[in-house]
Order: sequence, then C-alpha cells, then structure tokens
Amino acid sequence: MTGEPLLQVQALRKVYGRTVVLDGLDLDVDAHDVVVLIGASGSGKSTLLRCIDLLEDVDDGAVLLEGRDVTDPRVDADAVRARMGIVFQSFNLFPHLTVLDNVTLAPRKVHGIARDVAEDKALAMLDRVGLRDRAGAHPDQLSGGQQQRVAIARALVNDPVLMLFDEVTSALDPELVGEVLGMLKELKTEGMTMLVATHEMGFARQVADSVCFLDGGRVLESGPPEQVLGDPVEDRTRRFLRRIIEAGRL
Amino acid sequence: MTTTWTPSARQRDRDAYRRGRTRRSVLVSAASTVVLVGAVVLVTVTSPGWARVQASFFDPRVAWTALPDVATGLWLNVRVWLAASALMLVFGLLLAVLRTSRSPVLWPVRALATGYIDLFRGTPMIIVLYLVLFGVPGLRLQGTPQSQAVLGTIALTMTYSAYVAEVLRAGIESIHPSQRAAARSLGLSNTQTMRFVVLPQAVRRVVPPLLNDVVSLQKDAGLISVGGTILDAIRYAQIQTSETASFTPYVVAGVLFVLISIPLTRFTDHIARRNGYTFTGGRA
Ligand SMILES: Nc1ncnc2c1ncn2[C@@H]1O[C@H](COP(=O)(O)OP(=O)(O)OP(=O)(O)O)[C@@H](O)[C@H]1O
Ligand SMILES: [Mg+2]
Repeated sequence: MTGEPLLQVQALRKVYGRTVVLDGLDLDVDAHDVVVLIGASGSGKSTLLRCIDLLEDVDDGAVLLEGRDVTDPRVDADAVRARMGIVFQSFNLFPHLTVLDNVTLAPRKVHGIARDVAEDKALAMLDRVGLRDRAGAHPDQLSGGQQQRVAIARALVNDPVLMLFDEVTSALDPELVGEVLGMLKELKTEGMTMLVATHEMGFARQVADSVCFLDGGRVLESGPPEQVLGDPVEDRTRRFLRRIIEAGRL
Repeated sequence: MTTTWTPSARQRDRDAYRRGRTRRSVLVSAASTVVLVGAVVLVTVTSPGWARVQASFFDPRVAWTALPDVATGLWLNVRVWLAASALMLVFGLLLAVLRTSRSPVLWPVRALATGYIDLFRGTPMIIVLYLVLFGVPGLRLQGTPQSQAVLGTIALTMTYSAYVAEVLRAGIESIHPSQRAAARSLGLSNTQTMRFVVLPQAVRRVVPPLLNDVVSLQKDAGLISVGGTILDAIRYAQIQTSETASFTPYVVAGVLFVLISIPLTRFTDHIARRNGYTFTGGRA
C-alpha cells in the first residue's frame, strides 16, 4: 500500500440556496483511523457525511476514495455507495421489513448474494450486535438502542471500506448510548476506517486518532484529541468547547 | 403467570353494576327501534299515495319475476368490475411510478402521465363510456374489441386508473426522504429503492382510499348499460320495466348492487379504523 489516505476530501463546496454550508473543506482519513468531527449545530457535519456518501451532489471540489475521484459524474455512484456504510442519527430502518430483511436487503439486491447465504451472514452480524434473537421482529418492536445496532449491522454486512456515523447516539436515552459507542470501539480494534460526527467528547478522547473542528464551512482545527480538545489553538474551538462543558457533555 | 387471582369484592360490585347498565341499554335501544320502525311503516302504508308508490317501486310480484334476469345481468357487472379493478391497479401503479420518477430520460413519459391523469380525472365517466362504447367500434379498426363488455371494462379502467394513480402518488410522496437516503446509501439503485423500500410502504398506507375506489368502481360498473346491447343488471331491469310499467326492477337491481358492496365497504371501514396500521411508520 502507498501512504495515500483512504479518503480525501478536497476543497469541497456545498450550497443550499444562499447558505454556503461547506466552503472549500479539506479533510483526509487514513486507512484504519478513526476521525471524529465536532462542531456547532448547523456547522455542516451531516452535510459533509452525506456528500462523502454521494447522497448529495457537491457544488465544487472532490471526494476521493482510495485515490479515485468518486464525485466525477461518470462514476457509478451506486457502486461507490455500496462500498461505504453510513449510519444516521434517526436509524432509518425500513419499517415494513423484519430486522433480518433489513440487513439482507442490500446483500441480496445489490451484491447478488443468494438468500440463504445472505441470511447466514446477516445472522452472524446480528449475533455480533447482540440481536440475533430479534431477527424476526419489526423495527418498531425494538428499543432505540436496538434499532441503532440493527442499522449498524445493516451497514456492516456489506463489508464497507469506510464507515460514516452521523451522531448515532444523539437520539438515544443516556443508558443506551454506551451500548452503541461500545460497538464503535470494537470496530476500531478490528481496523475499520471511520468518520464519526458526534457530540460525545468522552468518546472522541478515548477512540479518535484525530479530531476535526468544523466551523465556517471548513475544518478550522484538527489534530490528536488531547490537543484539539485539551489545548485548542483557535479561539472559536475554545468557545465551542466551553459551551459543551457548560452543557455538561465533556 | 402462576399467581391465582380472584376479583375483589369491589371489582365484583363494579362488574355487576356494569352488567346491569348494559342490559338496560340493550332493552332501551330494542324498544326504541321497534317504536320507530313501527311508526314509519304505519305512516307509510296508511298514507294516501302508498298504493301507487308500491305499484311503481315495490311491487313484490314484479320484483320476483325480474329477479332471475337482473341477477344474471349482475354477474356480468361483477365480472366487469373485477376485471377493471385488477387493470386499474396495474395501470394506476404504472402511472403513479412514471409520474413520480425523477429520471430525465423519462421526462416525456412523466409529462404524458401527468396529462393523462389530469384529463381522465376531470372527464365525466359517462362521456368516456360513450366515446369508447360507440366511438371505438365506429372506427372499424383492425383488432379493436367489439364486445361492449370489454369496451366498457376498458373505459372504466381508463378513468379509474387516473384516480388510483393519484392515490398511489400521494402514498409515494408521503414516504420520508430519509427512507430513500437509507436505501441509496446501501447501494440500491433508484429503481430498487422504489421497488423494495418506497412502494411497499406507500401501498400499505393507501389501502383504505384504494378500497374506496374499488367500491366506487363496483357502482360505476353499472354504467356500462348505456351501451344498449349489453345485457347487464341495469339493462335487464330496463327491459323488465318497459314490460311491466313498474320501476320495481330498477329497485331490485339497486338492492343487489348494495348487497354486493356492503361486505367490501365494511372491510374498508375495518381497515381504515385499524389504526396503528403497523410497520408503515417511518421516522424523520
Ligand atoms: N436539504 C437542505 N436544504 C437546505 N438547507 C439545508 C439542507 N440540509 C442542511 N441544510 C442547512 O445546512 C446547514 C448545515 O446543516 P447540517 O445538518 O449539515 O449541520 P450539522 O452540523 O449536522 O448540525 P447538527 O449538529 O444539528 O446535526 C444548516 O444551516 C442547515 O439548515
Ligand atoms: Mg447533523
């Protein structure tokens, strides 16, 4: 392998109407690293993740996955999405499908895996997230934490090279946050490359290889967690962290 | 549970009280029904015009003679109704999917679907029937069906597909965009997302209004009699009426239509009432 980052975001620009959300944002994620995105509400964390997963068209700049520009319109976007996994704040499980069918949908329809093989694989994945016995349930019969774990299993079953997490614990009750963050820690030990938007500073400290503070549509400050969270250079980072501390989240 | 529970004296007292109340309200409603129905019947049959009204609309002998023919004709209406129901669901679905598609390749088809829906939702059913039943055979084109039952089915399908398409479109658009995003993020194509994620949820949501259209189509299946040569329930009733000078055969046909629609209407109500229509939620 070359020393090239797995994911490169180059001068990314994204505009909604007159709001410039991303304004020439640069960001690299090395293979097997965990990069945590922090920033005020509305700073564009979700937008960045959605652009990387090609769920939004970008207005300028590029996203490179393994060195290849995937924002090029000639690239098969479905095939690129199939290689990345994203987990949303609001789970977004398919309510009309059972847990097992939620997890096997993409393997069967996108990756063309036979049903029984896909189900074996899905059950193994559900076993990992501790939900094998709920395989036949529908999403609305599960707790929020269980739903989020299914959503993670649904993304992981496709063997993604990169996982994107968008505030996956902020819709959860405090006692359920741990079970989901625990899964992310486990993924890190297995070498999964992850880009994680979160307000959980404790998690960022423990797990992140680097922390990026988003502000004004760019990465204003980035570095190892102890530096960005402990001794930030930028004024705005400091103020953001102070507000977080006041809100009791550090 | 293994604990044995016997209701307390307090609960037994409550239950006894409730039973007493229930018995009383049943008696009261039975009595009031008897009084009301009796009054209506009495007033009706003693009113001066009743003999003429009965001869015109409720002549039992005429009803009895008309029944076999009208019932035979009804079987044709039922077949037309079932065929048109199946067809309208298929075409309605096609129109709805085309209309909600975003692919630029499909732009002309989308415009066509939109135009079709606007046109047929606005045109009275009877006009479409006249045009198809009388206009199409007049063309003498090769391969056009000549049977008025088939032509009637086509006309009903043409109009009702537009209604069904609108109902389905509303269902499709009610599915939260985050469901699409989740499906696309897994690598599903646009078509696969529609087929496996959006449509199954959309259809479940609009089952009650779809059933309403099926009920309404059942009534309108009676309109094919305007073709004149179709021997359906209403046409038979018309013939019988001209022979007996009593309108009773129409009443017979009407009653039969109502009898067929009742189970379906009840079923629709049941579905609509069954709230918490499960597994169709979809969080923001
Ligand atoms: N589809 C959209 N249309 C218009 N504006 C949008 C859209 N999505 C996001 N925005 C705007 O873009 C900005 C960034 O939103 P984004 O959701 O990326 O922020 P965020 O950092 O994820 O915030 P939070 O921490 O609250 O989740 C906000 O000002 C938001 O209003
Ligand atoms: Mg967000």
